[in-house]
Amino acid sequence: MSDALEQLVSNAESAIQNAQDLKALDDLRVAYLGKKGEITQRMQTLGTLAPEERKEAGKYINLAKQSIQTAIEARKSTLDLADLDAKLAAEAIDVTLPGRGQSNGGLHPVTLTLQRIEKLFSQLGFEIAEGPEIEDDYHNFEALNIPESHPARAMHDTFYFDDHLLLRTHTSPVQIRVMKNKQPPLRVIAPGRVYRCDSDLTHTPMFHQVEGFMVDEDVSFAQLKGILDEFLRNFFERDLAVRFRPSYFPFTEPSAEADIQCVMCNGAGCRVCSHTGWIEVLGCGMVHPNVFRHVGVDSEKYTGFAFGMGAERLAMLRYGVNDLRLFFENDLRFLQQFN
Amino acid sequence: MKFSEQWLREWVNPAITTQQLANQLTMAGLEVEAVERVAAEFSQVVIGVVKHIEKHPDADKLKVCSVDTGNGQVLQIVCGASNVVKGGKYPVALVGAVLPNDLKIKKSKLRGVESSGMMCSAKELGMLEQAEGLLTLPEDAPVGETLVNYLQLNDVSIELSLTPNRGDCLSVAGVAREVAVLNKICVTPVHADPVAPRCDDTFPVDITAQQECPRYLGRVIKNIDPTRTTPLWMQERLRRSGLRSISPVVDVTNYVLLELGQPMHAFDLDKLSGGIIVRLAKKGEAITLLDGQSIKLIEGTLVIADQKRPVALAGIMGGEESAVSGTTRTIFLESAFFAPECIAGRARGYGLHTDSSHRFERGVDPALQERAIERATALLFEIVGGEPGPVISKQIKEYVPQRKPVLLRHERLKKVLGANLDASIVDDILFRLELQHVEQEHGWTVTAPSFRFDVESEEDLIEEVARIYGYANIPAARTQAPSVMLPVTESGVTVQRIQNTLIDRGYQEAITYSFVDPKIQSHLYSSNGAVTLANPISADMSEMRTTLWPGLISAIIHNLNRQQSTIKLFETGLRFIRMGNDLQQEPMIAGAITGSALPIQWGKENRNIDFFDMKSDVESIVALTGNTDAFMFVPDKHPALHPGQTAKIVRHTQLNQKDADNRSVDFEEIGWLGAIHPAVGKKLDVDQPIYVFEIKLAAVTQRIIPRFEEIPKFPSIKRDLAIVVDEGISAQAVSDCIRRASTAMLTNLKLFDVYQGKGIDSGRKSLAFSLTLQDRDRTLTDQDVDVAMKEILSTLNRELGATLRT
Repeated sequence: MSDALEQLVSNAESAIQNAQDLKALDDLRVAYLGKKGEITQRMQTLGTLAPEERKEAGKYINLAKQSIQTAIEARKSTLDLADLDAKLAAEAIDVTLPGRGQSNGGLHPVTLTLQRIEKLFSQLGFEIAEGPEIEDDYHNFEALNIPESHPARAMHDTFYFDDHLLLRTHTSPVQIRVMKNKQPPLRVIAPGRVYRCDSDLTHTPMFHQVEGFMVDEDVSFAQLKGILDEFLRNFFERDLAVRFRPSYFPFTEPSAEADIQCVMCNGAGCRVCSHTGWIEVLGCGMVHPNVFRHVGVDSEKYTGFAFGMGAERLAMLRYGVNDLRLFFENDLRFLQQFN
Repeated sequence: MKFSEQWLREWVNPAITTQQLANQLTMAGLEVEAVERVAAEFSQVVIGVVKHIEKHPDADKLKVCSVDTGNGQVLQIVCGASNVVKGGKYPVALVGAVLPNDLKIKKSKLRGVESSGMMCSAKELGMLEQAEGLLTLPEDAPVGETLVNYLQLNDVSIELSLTPNRGDCLSVAGVAREVAVLNKICVTPVHADPVAPRCDDTFPVDITAQQECPRYLGRVIKNIDPTRTTPLWMQERLRRSGLRSISPVVDVTNYVLLELGQPMHAFDLDKLSGGIIVRLAKKGEAITLLDGQSIKLIEGTLVIADQKRPVALAGIMGGEESAVSGTTRTIFLESAFFAPECIAGRARGYGLHTDSSHRFERGVDPALQERAIERATALLFEIVGGEPGPVISKQIKEYVPQRKPVLLRHERLKKVLGANLDASIVDDILFRLELQHVEQEHGWTVTAPSFRFDVESEEDLIEEVARIYGYANIPAARTQAPSVMLPVTESGVTVQRIQNTLIDRGYQEAITYSFVDPKIQSHLYSSNGAVTLANPISADMSEMRTTLWPGLISAIIHNLNRQQSTIKLFETGLRFIRMGNDLQQEPMIAGAITGSALPIQWGKENRNIDFFDMKSDVESIVALTGNTDAFMFVPDKHPALHPGQTAKIVRHTQLNQKDADNRSVDFEEIGWLGAIHPAVGKKLDVDQPIYVFEIKLAAVTQRIIPRFEEIPKFPSIKRDLAIVVDEGISAQAVSDCIRRASTAMLTNLKLFDVYQGKGIDSGRKSLAFSLTLQDRDRTLTDQDVDVAMKEILSTLNRELGATLRT
């Protein structure tokens, strides 16, 4: 290769290397390889050479052309990359800025509790039933073995509309309504609002209960213990102690109240459990034959258990809520804690 | 039922601690509600006698006393109590004593006079909440003895929360019986030997209400000494059982009530005329009770009357006129059995609740009256002396409750309990409970004693056996899930799904009371049919909600008052409306929103919530039904809502029918959506717009199970159409018209712009729609589409006066 050609390639290569943008690079391409470019011009001069020289010179010019092309391509990809980098840099954002749009709401803690109870019992084949909240005396009391003059009525603090219409004081009337329509075997859970004419620090005139009952040919108190034991431990997701002690409800016999080991102090004794280490969470028992009689179920053939629990109480223990009245104030600062 | 542990232990004394005893009672179904010391803790309080009293030189109300506190020690104590007398015996806190509330007694000077100690009232010793003057001790109280020893203050009051079936435990005797059973030991009952009459005086007793009062025992005691006072030991026992000492006669009847469970009453015989008649109240009769209140008697109420008038509400409360007073010399004691059914509910009916009615309505041992009257006579004789006459006894045997034999089947017991109790265990438990039993082939025939009036069926016996056996000893058994697959429906939308939709759109679930303030409700619901509570907690919670809005709006106001900028609440629940004889309790879902449309955030201009934010929420609920076309929002009026921003939500009654032509005919109202009327807002003291909706849940909980449709093989064509119509014409009317004018080719129609202003004549508005046209069998040509569009436009022009926007 002639010195001049070598010089040309060398000049070209350094110019290419120094090209700062694609435009400058393209200008160089035109200057060397374009129609009037230096290399092209040299190619055109080949015709003036002798044939034997022509071959040799052509080879060198081609080599020079290739070198310059390679240099241009290399430079181009470098410049492309830099260009992209610059573009990306310009598009950079502060990813720590918060996302935009609507934020989620949430369910009321009592609803969360009810749903949780429903879910646990549905695994054992319990179906959900509902009943009216304005009930009649018959379903709320009479059919549940609580006749007119029964002392248990005084414990119910009933809201009345007239002589026979009232706000249900418990979800137990659903038992009556279901059993009147369906024969055993039955596994039913009935959540809902109930009402008692009582309002102070620890009572609200409306609250929620979940009634559950199971009726079949051989349902026993032992099973009642087993199912509630399992439920309470699953509800609190803890291996806590549960105890059953005799109690009284006109619509069950034997009747029991179930206490759990206090979830606040683990049974050591605290304000929540009145320093007893135990917290009463539900009432239960074996369905009274008089109730079966009212709904036309053969109490010799079938036995059953029933239980009832207060949803607010369970929610308070589960979430550590210390004031019952908060559930009905609907303060967003309270509700949003359960989202 | 509250009693002193010492008293109980006099009857039965198991070798267990107080704590163990309390636990045992609770686990046997006699729930211990409280265990409290009978006095607060204090030290160095001894019995002193006042030897000498002088006036304080510088203070009118103070006295300077010389008090002998034993061991030859005489202290000078300045005292302000008005009841201090020379020779009186009182508790003295010595110098160095520590009284409740950490009150330390020091030598001090009161108005310049030295005082070494303090004489105490019952209040200062933590024995009573309130007390007037010093605690006066009996004349025979030993000077120098500590008060704790003398009054046996190392005792606790045990309070039981008894269930209504355990009336038999409303006495020390009853609890003692139970404790004996649980500990397998015996009860030592107090002596109640008959008191021999000392005079022949009697008083006629006639029972006309024989079923209500099958037993009535009476006794005349004359010449009692009305100046005597109740001995301190009895006062203490009454106090520890939560009763006040009133007078010896009343205290004795109360004491017997606590001890044996028999409510008694004492009349001043001189104030009774002719004789006792146990009868039902007649129309128009009235009585003034011991507590001073006069009541009109409800016909049929059981009363104790004399020849002239009712003198007591039987089993509930005595009358004032015939009551024992400080001058009474002759009393007539009553010890009766009243049938629980006739007392139950009566006291409550008169707004009364007494220790007596509490026991009678739960049941009293029908064999107890004799023992109780003898016990009371003996105690009275001891305290106030007098001459008791013979016991007068009237009994109508056929109405005295008899315990009937009940069959307890061993198999039934095992079946109900799910535990295999050995016959010998059952036998032992029945024996301990004093339930007489005879073994049968498959069980026992059991007869309960008279005091276990609650045991009358096989279930009662099963419960008794289980209770004494111990619930804890019955093994827990597992329940298997049934092997039947429960149906899972897909043609329903669960309430949970609807709730989740709203939650994801930023709503918070609220739970509000079902009874609301009628004033607030009247602003939000104008029709009749609200149901009112007869006995509400308060006037502002007296009416059942006819709509969920009052509760939600109250919750909105609560949160606005707490500076919340965005409030979006929803609730599900029943509304209550009376329609003639029909009381509807209908499940609804409702929402209320106010404030800014989005939580405060960067990069987006915030704006206030408007009608269409809420409409979109409602549409998302409607969309869950898979049948959006069946629902429609119709402009309408509602008294609670802004007249220009109210939509009635209607649904096609035949859910599956999507025929647009019949809309007006077959639609039913399912709810409302709109802005609260500003005038209503003003009444509720809210000055910012609140948007509300309410829908019948049943209208949105049915779902169409999706049916697959072939995806079109040919491309669709999109065309935009911008028209100008009068501003009074609704978007719905325009899109309905477009649909009517289109052939089956129109597969989608979306409104994408609404414009009024520059370039559009005033009174007119521009609406722009995007139309998607499609033929399932071929590719549409531009010409096909042009023809279709032309037809649509000319129909719009003809029917609605629409012109193409240019």
